Amino acid sequence: MNLTDSALLNSYSLYALYSAMAVYALAFIAFAIDLARRSSAVGAIEEADSIEADAASSAGSAASVGSTRTLERPALKRPVLSRISARMDNDAALPYGRSSSLRVGVALTVLAWALHLAATIMRGFAADRVPWANMYEFAMTGTLLIMTVFLIVLVRSDLRFLGTFVTGLVLVLLGIAALQFYVEVAPLPPALQSAWLVIHVFVASLGTGMFALGFALSAVQLLQSRRENHVLEGAAAPRGPIASALRLRFLATLPSSATLENLAYRINIIGFILWTFTLMAGSIWAEKAWGRYWGWDTKEVWTFIIWVIYAGYIHARATRGWRGSRSAWLAIIGFSAVMFNFGIVNVFFKGLHAYSGL
Amino acid sequence: MQPKLGLTGWLRWFWRQLTSMRTALFLLLMLAIAAIPGSLVPQRSSDPNGVTQYFADNPDLAPNLDKLQAFDVYTSAWFSAIYLLLFISLIGCVIPRTKHHFQALRAKPPTTPARLSRLSGFTERDAPAQADAATAITHARTVLKSSGYRVARFDSDTESSVSAERGYLRETGNLVFHAALVGILVTVGFGGGYGFAGQRVLVEGQTFVNTLLAYDSFNPGRFFDDTTLDPYTLSLDDFSVSYEQQNLQAYGQPIDFTADVTVTPKGEAPEPGVVKVNGPLRTNGTSIYLLGNGYAPTIQVTAPDGTVVFSDSVPFLPQDANLTSLGIVKVPDGLAEQLGMIGFFYPTQDKAASGANFSSYPDLEYPLLTLNVYTGDLGLDAGVPTSVYSLVTDTLTQQTGGKTGVESIELKPGASAELPNGLGTVSFVDNDPAASAAGDFTKSVSRFASFDIHYDPTQIWLISFSTLVLFGLFTGLLVPRRRVWVKATTRADGTVQLEYAGLARGDDPALEAAVTAVADRHLKLLNSHQTVATTPEST
Repeated sequence: MNLTDSALLNSYSLYALYSAMAVYALAFIAFAIDLARRSSAVGAIEEADSIEADAASSAGSAASVGSTRTLERPALKRPVLSRISARMDNDAALPYGRSSSLRVGVALTVLAWALHLAATIMRGFAADRVPWANMYEFAMTGTLLIMTVFLIVLVRSDLRFLGTFVTGLVLVLLGIAALQFYVEVAPLPPALQSAWLVIHVFVASLGTGMFALGFALSAVQLLQSRRENHVLEGAAAPRGPIASALRLRFLATLPSSATLENLAYRINIIGFILWTFTLMAGSIWAEKAWGRYWGWDTKEVWTFIIWVIYAGYIHARATRGWRGSRSAWLAIIGFSAVMFNFGIVNVFFKGLHAYSGL
Repeated sequence: MQPKLGLTGWLRWFWRQLTSMRTALFLLLMLAIAAIPGSLVPQRSSDPNGVTQYFADNPDLAPNLDKLQAFDVYTSAWFSAIYLLLFISLIGCVIPRTKHHFQALRAKPPTTPARLSRLSGFTERDAPAQADAATAITHARTVLKSSGYRVARFDSDTESSVSAERGYLRETGNLVFHAALVGILVTVGFGGGYGFAGQRVLVEGQTFVNTLLAYDSFNPGRFFDDTTLDPYTLSLDDFSVSYEQQNLQAYGQPIDFTADVTVTPKGEAPEPGVVKVNGPLRTNGTSIYLLGNGYAPTIQVTAPDGTVVFSDSVPFLPQDANLTSLGIVKVPDGLAEQLGMIGFFYPTQDKAASGANFSSYPDLEYPLLTLNVYTGDLGLDAGVPTSVYSLVTDTLTQQTGGKTGVESIELKPGASAELPNGLGTVSFVDNDPAASAAGDFTKSVSRFASFDIHYDPTQIWLISFSTLVLFGLFTGLLVPRRRVWVKATTRADGTVQLEYAGLARGDDPALEAAVTAVADRHLKLLNSHQTVATTPEST
């Protein structure tokens, strides 16, 4: 490809990327509106409940008042909340269907993803190689894979409620990439001319995508288990102030913390397998390029740390007292380390992985 | 009064604590935390110059950190203690589990529980009219066996049942994963001692023999025997570099380094080879890696009487991306005084506004060599080893450049200059004078390549163990281990009720679907047999 074509294609790639970011922003807003609607729907029911409860307690049957009442309410009083999404073990306290804003959010995400994909492919063709040879390209491909994993998982399980998080994360990462890491198309330096660039970096990005989703699920799981604890306490005490202090009323429309934990675990173990492979492929490449398979380079150190944290996470699930919230914290720390490894170690730490000119 | 534990009791208690999952988890988290300092502070293993610099920058802090082994984190006592305890804990956990797993592999699936309705995926179906309980279970057994279940049958007067279990591979994979990790640790810990790593710089045209003395630096493993070095020769015939010249955004960026070499095994015919970055040459049991390169200007020093006292291609170490390079020349003998020179080589010389020379392009477009001359005691006679890449100027007198007021010697390829104090002349030898005369300097200066030569007999083991680790992970995490039961009860009216249920052993998202699938397949099989049985015989 000649240079003018390459420059032109790269500029198209940039237009597509900025368009994708704009559409992701719209999707983020739509997802946020969906969460707000869930909150207000839950709020309305709780209010109705408390009026009813007041009436009931004034009638002298105070024993029946409690959070479990919410669960037993007949569906006809809240038509939107009665639709349980298919194919998923949705055991939400208040099942909530797909609001129009959620549908719009998903549709916009798919559109943004298509633009994002186009931007990445055009960058690849402009550079005449895989589009993940520097930080800018890696961020572009990595976020594309996070989004791809999210959209594929949506086909199997209804994790649409994570839309706000996933579009938000991708938007922030793309913003940093486009503003801070952008570099013009350049040929591969000899150190990166290897088939392992394709394998090692691609699998690492895919693993990152899995860990991102696992992180989001674990974070929601923590919030959810906090809500569940409040509800349990609320069964004994009047619950109005607690629920309103919590503010995150939409949690009642999301799956239970146990379900979220199982989902997070399944996604994180896939991430762990991919990460193990990344580590091994990296070792094989390091042997070819640097003459040693492991040398405690800063990036190697952090890849190892992440591997150990997720190994800990998997063991925590089998350790008494560590199931639930504690293991969720490990998944959150694990993903934070992944982000640290990508964003901080590459830029600020001295090491062999830092030669790609960002 | 509590009973006394005694020594064995305490040991047993300690062992139980160490091999508990809680301790393993604690040690894992400790390992993750303990690995962090090694990324914050430079390590002697991966960045020795960084450590020197750190000592220079933090003279108070560095020695204290050094006492904590902060510059050797991954071989430090505390880091080793954590991973050794972790591995002992792992072994202590894996051995009993292996024993238990072997027993489970030989054992029959357990008796069918009395009430299946409490278990996962409980499904009730009615058997087709003519199937009796025993036949129904025979077919259930077939269905389960064909799906890879291990089965055991239980019959009583009123009911028949089959108990089935599958997914033993899950635990097998789990054990293989952990055993393979031990294998990797042992291979790295002990196996590494049987190899060596050596470095050697070769200028184009030079030859190196794989013997201990020929290496610039040599790091044998603990158990490596120098006499086993295979004395093959390696010659660098040509070192070619290509630079990006089209794309202005990346102008001058190297896009290829190729070292064309000739390897001659002892007593055999020479064979050509290529070493590239990312493309080591595997030969005679060793791997040859290309880890660096640069220019090696050929410098000749002649005494006033015409005797050549120094003539060599001196590797100059690159200082920047455009290969401004720094090199040292030492001439201890043959001149009136000992002579040292610090040289800068600019492959494409340019002048900054300040008057300082710099290189604006890494290829040989307009090469220039500048030399600062020192005379005096080079410090070579004391027998103390000195680096060929540095010149200690304390005992020397600077004659050109810097504050001397005498201009540095500047040489184009093929040019000569008088040394100060009538010491003699220095020349920058041109490899290709004819082309240079025509303005093409691309062949005028030799290049050098620095090779790492490694021998590591354990890599095949590492690859094998790593493959086992991956296999263990896949099966240990993704193969579902589950029990499934099918029970057939004959009701009072003679019809047969079928019950199906499952039990997850470990994470098993698809258990309920699997139980339903077993029920469906079972009924299909029963129905097809019934059809056969009730169809009038046509023969």
